[in-house]
Amino acid sequence: MKFVTVAGPPSSGKTAVLIHTIRHLLEDGTKVVVGKIDCLGTNDGEKYQKLGIPVIVGLSGDICPDHFYVPNLEVIFNWAKEKSAHIAILETAGLCHRCAPAIKGCLAISVVDNLSNIDVPQKIGPMLSTADIVVITKGDIVSQAEREVYRRKMELINPGAEILEVNGLTGKGSLLLKTSIMQAADVDTITGRELRSSMPACVCSYCTGEKRIGKSFQLGYIKKIEATETKGGGG
Amino acid sequence: MGEDIRKITLIGGTTKSGDKETIERLEIHKGDIITLVGPTGSGKSELLSDIEQLARGDTPSNRAVILNDGELNRWGRQMVAQLSQAMNFVLDMPVEDFLELHASSRGTSNNPVIEEVMGLTNSLSGEPIDARDNITSLSGGQSRALMIADIAVISDAPVVLIDEIENAGINRLMALEILSAKGKIVIVASHDPLIILMAQKRIVMHNGGMFKVLERNKQEGEILKKLIVMDNELSALRDTLRRGGSAGIAGAAVNCRVQAHEADGGDH
Repeated sequence: MKFVTVAGPPSSGKTAVLIHTIRHLLEDGTKVVVGKIDCLGTNDGEKYQKLGIPVIVGLSGDICPDHFYVPNLEVIFNWAKEKSAHIAILETAGLCHRCAPAIKGCLAISVVDNLSNIDVPQKIGPMLSTADIVVITKGDIVSQAEREVYRRKMELINPGAEILEVNGLTGKGSLLLKTSIMQAADVDTITGRELRSSMPACVCSYCTGEKRIGKSFQLGYIKKIEATETKGGGG
Repeated sequence: MGEDIRKITLIGGTTKSGDKETIERLEIHKGDIITLVGPTGSGKSELLSDIEQLARGDTPSNRAVILNDGELNRWGRQMVAQLSQAMNFVLDMPVEDFLELHASSRGTSNNPVIEEVMGLTNSLSGEPIDARDNITSLSGGQSRALMIADIAVISDAPVVLIDEIENAGINRLMALEILSAKGKIVIVASHDPLIILMAQKRIVMHNGGMFKVLERNKQEGEILKKLIVMDNELSALRDTLRRGGSAGIAGAAVNCRVQAHEADGGDH
């Protein structure tokens, strides 16, 4: 079974791109299942169900969705195996951009769009730099020049990645993505594999539901900003 | 840049009703300008998309698109430039910074290139722009002119796919000439008679399929000449009226001439 992780900022087109790609996979008779990790709520699960494939949705609730993602990898992997899937695709929440869900030995896809600020690639660092495939969406509504500039930025951040332009509305480009997914290696187990990038330290009192502000309520791993002004910060 | 594109061969697939396309094979050569004609929904954009994706019987049309003699199975980097009406600039910066960013992303950063783009842009657009203008403040026509000049000079891709050059106050004829210079292959989907007849060859689309290929005939060549005159008159009239001038008619009705008016200092 191929195990594929998909990351990317909110509204970059992850689900739209995947739906077109999965359609191509299904046409070839490939058995696909999808896992979707989100925070509070999502209707992406229903969108995938309309393709007639098994879907599992995990909502992290109070927990950081990436911290929720890692301990649930085995659950999702084993579920996909039970469904005798050829390909399991796991779409992550993509919220704070600190983390990257990529796993060593499993195909990692990141989806970003041409509309985002030119500095976004730096902001979402690991999510891009650890990906095997970077999918760029919304190329149909920006200029040729911007598409080229954007693509170049991606190449500089992740020189080894395959960069694909996909239109989430029409599905244009999703065939190439399908072909690349089919070339990914099969994996027997997820247990013992490693993440390509570490998760954030995240064990403070606020992780466990604390709401009150103030030093005396802060327990655990706390990091403070050094109160020195950034240069050029005005008056 | 990169490998040379000598020709693109389209191998017919199926129409929307699943019948075989009338055109079974069509070769497009270096330096050709081809237009795609047909009502909305006839399959013009799909054909452009097949070319962009290098379809190999795997798109809804079941068409195949072959580059040169088939030795390339994917477009190389930056071989295809695209332009459509839906495209906008989204980066917020001065035009000159933007052009520099684009040029440097292609490893060709230098001032002459930027000056060349600015020169072309301003010859295409009725309203000149300044290199220090912010790119998001440009009008529709100015943006389109800049996009075309930028594709021609900085992108310089061997294949240019265009989904309609709208009449946004830019010189469409010159735009096509600029884009097709240097032996590029230019394929344009259009509803505009001037653009359609500009091309020697046009593919008539029907029901999702390539229905027939027409060459511009002698009479159409004559009509094109008339259209060019009419288009120039229309542009001149537009300019005059916009600058607060008045227009008049001299001679026959067709021979509408615009009287020059010096309402303002003029831009050129």
